Amino acid sequence: MLIRINGKQEDIQVATLGDLLQSKNIEPQMVSVELNNTMIDRTNLTTTLLKEGDSIELLFFMGGGSGHDLRQ
Amino acid sequence: MAFTEEQLVRYSRHIILSEVGGKGQKKIGQARVLVIGAGGLGSPIALYLAAAGIGTMGLIDADMVDLTNLQRQIIHHTADVGRPKVLSATEKITDLNPDVEVISYQKNLDAENALEVFNHFDYVIDGTDNFPAKFLINDAAFFANKPLIHGGILRFDGQIFTILPGESACYRCIFPKLPPQGVVPSCQEAGVLGALAGLIGTLQATEALKLILGIGTPLTNRILTYSALQTQFREITIKKNPDCPLCGAHPSITTLEMETQEVCDFDPLETAQKDS
Repeated sequence: MLIRINGKQEDIQVATLGDLLQSKNIEPQMVSVELNNTMIDRTNLTTTLLKEGDSIELLFFMGGGSGHDLRQ
Repeated sequence: MAFTEEQLVRYSRHIILSEVGGKGQKKIGQARVLVIGAGGLGSPIALYLAAAGIGTMGLIDADMVDLTNLQRQIIHHTADVGRPKVLSATEKITDLNPDVEVISYQKNLDAENALEVFNHFDYVIDGTDNFPAKFLINDAAFFANKPLIHGGILRFDGQIFTILPGESACYRCIFPKLPPQGVVPSCQEAGVLGALAGLIGTLQATEALKLILGIGTPLTNRILTYSALQTQFREITIKKNPDCPLCGAHPSITTLEMETQEVCDFDPLETAQKDS
């Protein structure tokens, strides 16, 4: 099925958003997922079904800047 | 406040812009902006705002300049290694533009001091590198009702968006809670292209100037992402999340607290490398 991921059309055979993340090797805790302009609660990823033409945005956490240790 | 002859010349390229003019330049001169973090993002933010003639700039950073910083933190020079970042940055700002009053805080922002510090300023710009700070800044901006310009960088990617508390989507509307510790690698762990910090920080400074001047369309309810490797900007529409734990209909966060990160159970670096 054709879906749009971060603006790029992809032909991918997955059932749910959880499957999609798994197929791309993305740990759910490091990303926020928007499906057709609606944020999907992380607890619903594995139950949210995908369909042809869906548009998905994967928004990653980004720190950066000052340059000292993240784990302070 | 009337401009001196020197100021008329110094700011002439601003004043000549019909959207700025003498009136707008005065607004810049009266603005009070807090820059959090005098590092990769904070360097271009502070330098461009200083050049623009920001009236009062707050700078908060507890760190000393380290040799590894100089690859991207352009406000600090080789001779500054080992010196407090806020001191090094204040000198450069004052050298560049003595009109700017700098209020520096050589400390980390925390739940105890955040609102006190925020209350001295009209706008807040996030140039921090860690998630407990980014979430604290988002929450403090909400409670203090200060416009916030968020920025983040990692490896070859950056993101930026503006938050008008209560009006537009906040950081927690997108990321409700902190990532567990170690899930998202830091620049220290994963690296960052130095010039990328300049680009994202300069975008943040530009958005701050637009807010101050009241011109154009603010970067609210949309995230601008930049991929240096693809040379591609993307805009992602976001909206206020009714379930946001901070600004949603039934908030669970009602006081300012510095959250700590939980420990994660997989190797983040391995995952990041697989993804890249």
